Amino acid sequence: MEDDPRRAHHDMGGVSRLACRAIDTGPHALTDFDKRVDALRQLLGAKGIMSVDELRRGIEAIDEPTYHRLGYYERWMRSIADNLLARGVVTADELRAALGAPASGA
Amino acid sequence: MSTLGPGDRVRVRDDWPETGGMPVHVRTPHYVRGQEGTVLRALGAFPDPADLAFARPAATRALYHVIFAQRALWPDGRPDEEASDEVLVELYEHWLERA
Amino acid sequence: MDGIDDILTADGARLYEAVTALLACRGLITAAEIDARVRATDAASPAQGARMVARAWSDPAYRVRLLGDGTRAAEEMGIPMRGLPPLGVLENTPHLHHLVVCTLCSCYPRAVLGYPPFWFKSAAYRARAVRDPRGTIAEWRTTLPAGTHIRVVDSTADYRWMVLPLRPDDTEDWDEARLAAIVRDTDMIGVTVPTA
Repeated sequence: MEDDPRRAHHDMGGVSRLACRAIDTGPHALTDFDKRVDALRQLLGAKGIMSVDELRRGIEAIDEPTYHRLGYYERWMRSIADNLLARGVVTADELRAALGAPASGA
Repeated sequence: MSTLGPGDRVRVRDDWPETGGMPVHVRTPHYVRGQEGTVLRALGAFPDPADLAFARPAATRALYHVIFAQRALWPDGRPDEEASDEVLVELYEHWLERA
Repeated sequence: MDGIDDILTADGARLYEAVTALLACRGLITAAEIDARVRATDAASPAQGARMVARAWSDPAYRVRLLGDGTRAAEEMGIPMRGLPPLGVLENTPHLHHLVVCTLCSCYPRAVLGYPPFWFKSAAYRARAVRDPRGTIAEWRTTLPAGTHIRVVDSTADYRWMVLPLRPDDTEDWDEARLAAIVRDTDMIGVTVPTA
């Protein structure tokens, strides 16, 4: 059975390409990065800066190969940055400058 | 706000906003579009995520739990003992029409 | 090309550092707030949902309240639900088994089960659960008795869903704490069933 070509790539229910893929049922502990991005997302929502719906839209905007290559919370972080830039909460110039600084190591 | 009730037969609109060339956010899974199902229960009313995702004023939409026969969605040739399996999906009113 | 690809493709950890530094400088979100939120989120775990299941198995009146309004039933157990999506509870019976998935993203009843597990977020689970639920739960070596039909619940919108599993046989004289100890996150999503 062919998958509908009109489907968005994140809309994965029943997709034939994945029908025979094994499910990794094992435990995967979250990293400190994972938990911090999760917490950041919650705070952005609680403060009315960015909604969970905007987070999802930003994730869905990631192209398909990148979506599958990135880790779960890497997708979140990318969407958060995308949304904060679009909203003007931070500017591209200042974010570039902050990225240029040596990582402080969370 | 709820105009549909348990037992009502509905058809999901066969719409594909993804193909319009503009960014959209859709919470109706592709696999139920154009399919017929039965309302199980009304779930209240919520701001439309299609609007919330773009931080624009959101319409309030009635939300329903709609049951579909699993075999109608994917006629994969399953054994008869699985013929009664179902898929239950949360769908907003504006995606539904009476069947 | 919108001119921000160089930013969006930056390493996730660096992007996190840069974004949070700017948010802190703006006075919008402090490091202490993030630390506190991490601790609060860590406090939610499948043990919360397991307590609710064990109570429902032991107290018929609580079972009715749980199935009627999961959010209030969670609050009754001291689980914070304010500002969170409404919780719905799906009752398994000898003839009906529920399996929860989110095919569009990873909606999960976090208030009562904690962070979504890796498998729940995986593309394989999201794709397979709605189309081949029996093959999906077989990945956990779960099989259902003959005559049980499956209702897959795709969590697509505003609710979060957890499963109230069947109480295992031979647990009649067990107290709530002992019952809660056998209930796993996988039982409350429906990929497994609890056993005594």
